[in-house]
Amino acid sequence: MIFNLKHLSNCEKVRISNIDQGAIMKLNKILKNAFLITIACIALSACATSKKTTGQMQGDVYTGTDTVEYLASGVPDRVFFATNESVLTTASRETLRKQAAWLRKNSNITIVLEGHADERGTREYNLALGERRANAAKDYLMTYGISSDRISVLSYGKERPVDSGSNPLAWSKNRRSVSVKAN
Amino acid sequence: MIRNLFIIFFTILSTKSLALIEVDITRGNLNPLPIAVSPLSIDEDSRKSFEKIIKKKNIGAEISGVIENNLITSGLFNPLDKNAFLQAPDIANLKPRFEDWNLIKAQALITGKVNFVNEKLRVEFRLWDVLAGKEMMALAFTTVPNNWRRVGHIITDKVYERLTGEKGYFDTRIIYVSEEGPKTRRIKKLAIMDQDGANNKFLTLGNELVLTPRFNPTSQMVTYLSYFRNLPRVYLLDIETGMQEVVGDFPGMTFAPRFSPNGQKIIMSFAKDGNSDIFTMDLENRIVERITNHPSIDTSPSYSPDGKFICFNSDRSGYQQIYIMKSDGSNVKRISFGKGLYGTPVWSPRGDLIAFTKLHKGKFYIGVMRVDGSGERLLTENFYQEAPSWSPNGRVLIFYRETKTDSKGEGFSAKLWSIDLTGYNERLVGTPTDASDPSWSALLSN
Repeated sequence: MIFNLKHLSNCEKVRISNIDQGAIMKLNKILKNAFLITIACIALSACATSKKTTGQMQGDVYTGTDTVEYLASGVPDRVFFATNESVLTTASRETLRKQAAWLRKNSNITIVLEGHADERGTREYNLALGERRANAAKDYLMTYGISSDRISVLSYGKERPVDSGSNPLAWSKNRRSVSVKAN
Repeated sequence: MIRNLFIIFFTILSTKSLALIEVDITRGNLNPLPIAVSPLSIDEDSRKSFEKIIKKKNIGAEISGVIENNLITSGLFNPLDKNAFLQAPDIANLKPRFEDWNLIKAQALITGKVNFVNEKLRVEFRLWDVLAGKEMMALAFTTVPNNWRRVGHIITDKVYERLTGEKGYFDTRIIYVSEEGPKTRRIKKLAIMDQDGANNKFLTLGNELVLTPRFNPTSQMVTYLSYFRNLPRVYLLDIETGMQEVVGDFPGMTFAPRFSPNGQKIIMSFAKDGNSDIFTMDLENRIVERITNHPSIDTSPSYSPDGKFICFNSDRSGYQQIYIMKSDGSNVKRISFGKGLYGTPVWSPRGDLIAFTKLHKGKFYIGVMRVDGSGERLLTENFYQEAPSWSPNGRVLIFYRETKTDSKGEGFSAKLWSIDLTGYNERLVGTPTDASDPSWSALLSN
């Protein structure tokens, strides 16, 4: 990316060599800024990926086990999400693979995926977001061979938090999809 | 603004008695109009008859109490202390001694009389312009005694309309969600009350989660979301009969319902496979129509008062923003471009504004913008607040606000608040329990 930028700046210089110096200087300034922004971006993203705050969150995704229950020994019942996101993290996918293995072993069991959001969003949008999160988990279970008729989805939006706190850690515990045995 | 002023001006000119007083509601009113509400006079026989029926000592004083309270909460009027009144109520109603009322700085005066006639409540009232020394209005109503509070609201509506040039909003009700219990296991019930908090009544028992009730603008029907049997679906409730029915036959969650302006359709979101889109259902022929078809979340739809447009909330740009489209779903256009996230757009009954909730840098705002997205104005900032609902005249917004819990996760509360479109006159709306998701009815009498 940095290399490309340099390359581009050279090209531009050649092409506009017959235009006045002022314009070139301006352009150089713009490119320099772009370069700085790129560096800043890289630094930021490096920060984000290496951010392990207080041991219980990675970025703003909950990584602790305080609220986690188990469907069976070694099979956690829930996965957590970043703010406004429904993308499954690496840890979430690992949890869901364990759930899928357990569901394959217990083929008579059906589950409800309960999708939740934190309290920092409007009620109706959060209902949709909870549904989207639960479906992200459902889709992943299906790719591991669990039939969709064994999985139903129920969004609670922000109506059923597990932690009543008003702080980032509490909110991270509440952004979740929980697999609940239905039978 | 100019148009509004013109209307007020025109109304005042067009009435017979040339009044000197007027109340401008287009600006924040820092000098509420001093008004004297003389207790409605009553003869002893009538007083006793009403005392038996409504268990109140003096129905005349009670009705003027209702009027006074309405005038105070409007923020536009300053009802004066009754102890300063020099003239007796019955005589004032015949002919006020304007010098006396002028002396206590009253600019307007309300007088009236209550009678018990054929088992009914008969109320007459007069509005006087103290400075001009003239009667501005005189009206009489007859109704069943139990409707006495509504008489107070109707009188306030008439006074408000006469002095501001715009319809009032006092003879109205609020439907909302009553909340009790710990935050992690909230018990929620539908509840309804008069606009001033009186006559509170619970409509559901709290056995299932209920959310987002909304009034039909043309009748006493309500649409809301219920988790009955753990199937979140949009329901229809007739407040008069208590009859309920599920709206449509959708294979998944339906939510965010609202009525069309003519009350014939319900517009709502339907979520399936992680995608929420907007649908309508005609209540007469039960025809369901898809309005949006987009892989993003589309929710919180609200019709323009002429029914030709819909504003809604979508994250198709990556984040929650406000969009408008034609009512058939065509011409989708984003209108919110300020910093932050935008949700819960609600079209004003006057047609010119959209109220919304905004989240920016960890704070929540209630604001308004014009329907093209210009002229954004934030009315109030707080830790958490959302879901504005317009008064039927489009002058006041009611919404709910939640408090931050302490380090132990305690101290949570949810309350209803109202604020004028001007950004002034923010008030707590009292409810017997915690409360959220308010929806303002249309005027009951029109």
